Amino acid sequence: MTLSPVIVNLTYLVAAALFIFGLKNLGHPRTAVRGNVLGALGMLLAVVVTLVSQDIVAWWVVLAGLAVGGALGGVLAVTVEMTAMPQLVAIFNGFGGGASALVAGAELVQRVSASTGASFELVFLIAVAASGLIGALTFFGSLIAFGKLQGIVDESAVRFPGRHVINAALFLGALGLAAALVLNPTVPWFYLGLILVASLLGVLLVIPIGGADMPVVVSLLNSYSGLAAAATGFVLFNNALIISGSLVGAAGIILTSLMCKAMNRSLVNVIFGGMGGEAASAASDEDDIYAGRVKSSSPEEVAMLLDSAGRVVVVPGYGLAVAQAQHTVRELTNLLEHKDVDVEYAIHPVAGRMPGHMNVLLAEADIPYDQLKDMDEINPTFKQTDVTIVVGANDVVNPVAHEVNDPSNPIAGMPILEVDQSRTVVVIKRSLSPGFAGIANPLFAADNTLMLFGDGKQMLQELINAVKEM
Amino acid sequence: MELVSAVTIFVLAIFVGFEVITKVPPILHTPLMSGANAISGITLIGAVVAAGAESATLTTVLGFLAVVFATTNVVGGFTVTHRMLQMFHRKD
Repeated sequence: MTLSPVIVNLTYLVAAALFIFGLKNLGHPRTAVRGNVLGALGMLLAVVVTLVSQDIVAWWVVLAGLAVGGALGGVLAVTVEMTAMPQLVAIFNGFGGGASALVAGAELVQRVSASTGASFELVFLIAVAASGLIGALTFFGSLIAFGKLQGIVDESAVRFPGRHVINAALFLGALGLAAALVLNPTVPWFYLGLILVASLLGVLLVIPIGGADMPVVVSLLNSYSGLAAAATGFVLFNNALIISGSLVGAAGIILTSLMCKAMNRSLVNVIFGGMGGEAASAASDEDDIYAGRVKSSSPEEVAMLLDSAGRVVVVPGYGLAVAQAQHTVRELTNLLEHKDVDVEYAIHPVAGRMPGHMNVLLAEADIPYDQLKDMDEINPTFKQTDVTIVVGANDVVNPVAHEVNDPSNPIAGMPILEVDQSRTVVVIKRSLSPGFAGIANPLFAADNTLMLFGDGKQMLQELINAVKEM
Repeated sequence: MELVSAVTIFVLAIFVGFEVITKVPPILHTPLMSGANAISGITLIGAVVAAGAESATLTTVLGFLAVVFATTNVVGGFTVTHRMLQMFHRKD
């Protein structure tokens, strides 16, 4: 069937509008499901109109690809554990970026084999190079991020000597190959070389980044997958790709900058510098901070405090998710709510392994979203909070972040949850060991802090039992 | 001229993206990211054309792989976002 290009392009416009409405509706939990459906509808529309309007000859190739990809994506999406969401999004980012690079490559091959010495437009060639570079880098960078989050690749920050020089050389090499491709589009080796160098760069850029910085990396790769799609849009001169790609590129950039802000670090510092590992010097003052000041408590004592409390705030950290204690914590807060205690959850932006991850984990445990408060919302309320329970969080509640004038302070200026302002702080933790930043936490030794030493899930369970016996 | 209008669309879409996405609250950032990620699978419409053109074998191979990758991204992305969003509910 042949549709006029006007109809096709108008349909693409409708699809793009559906994407924008969809993203807008993702802005509130009440409308978010509809927003996602609108986005999916837009995608379906765009794909169907493409299939009927273009001269598809090899239908079986297309249908086989759709079937394989649909099955793979469907199975992954339905079976994934919510704790594994960051690695799933990472691998999907990679697939999107990889697909864009492949499309650009296919289009280049197609035009080279079809042309009889005719010249190529400059924009087309630059777009092919950009799509190949960003797409391949996103694909392999995402594979490494996936590996790290899944525990297949060493999660710690692996820093090899001379990596800055090697990366700079690879980047210059990629630019050189891109320029060579633009000047000699009929030499296929230049595109292949560009893909190889960009792939290597993707691997080497992500390898040195530690697990705690993954929220930034995943956001950044999300942005790249969008930019790769936009670049492919310039290859095909297709507005649907350009619009959708730039929307996603913008989303990724916003999330990246929010994550960096939440850690008070620059993007350059996350990618090229990095904390974790070298902060051993701080270990010596642990004794000064903790000696004789840490008060160890019992579940019974804490249960008594909770029983008389009017307002309780729970601060869940990644440790809570690792211990699979989300359901246990909800059981505790349900119990407290039955006793007319006002309960809320304080979520730091980097509480999980990707932006917003902790909210999903708590929603999965049936915790209503109106109880989940972000940092700006909850911080002014700690003064009116009787008991704050910190489970599996450390650096994000460390008041040392306020000491901005100490140059050796790795978390200076990082926005934190001001839990120390509440009447009593209960910290559930195995030991006094430091968090990712590698520094001691004076909160543990504060006058109004009680430590419950033990496994998060087990301690919460004992707390539940103690509250029940009240 | 075609280039100028394409660049115009690109720049304006980035502005729309910034405007729409800054309003999404942190609580929904994970579904936002996976939903946006599914949208970036729009490259699928380029992939099906390349895969179905039946010109050079290399184009077909690259196109087929691109269709697989992009479809995984699209189907998986929208499905998992739906799964997550269904878990969010209000206090009753």
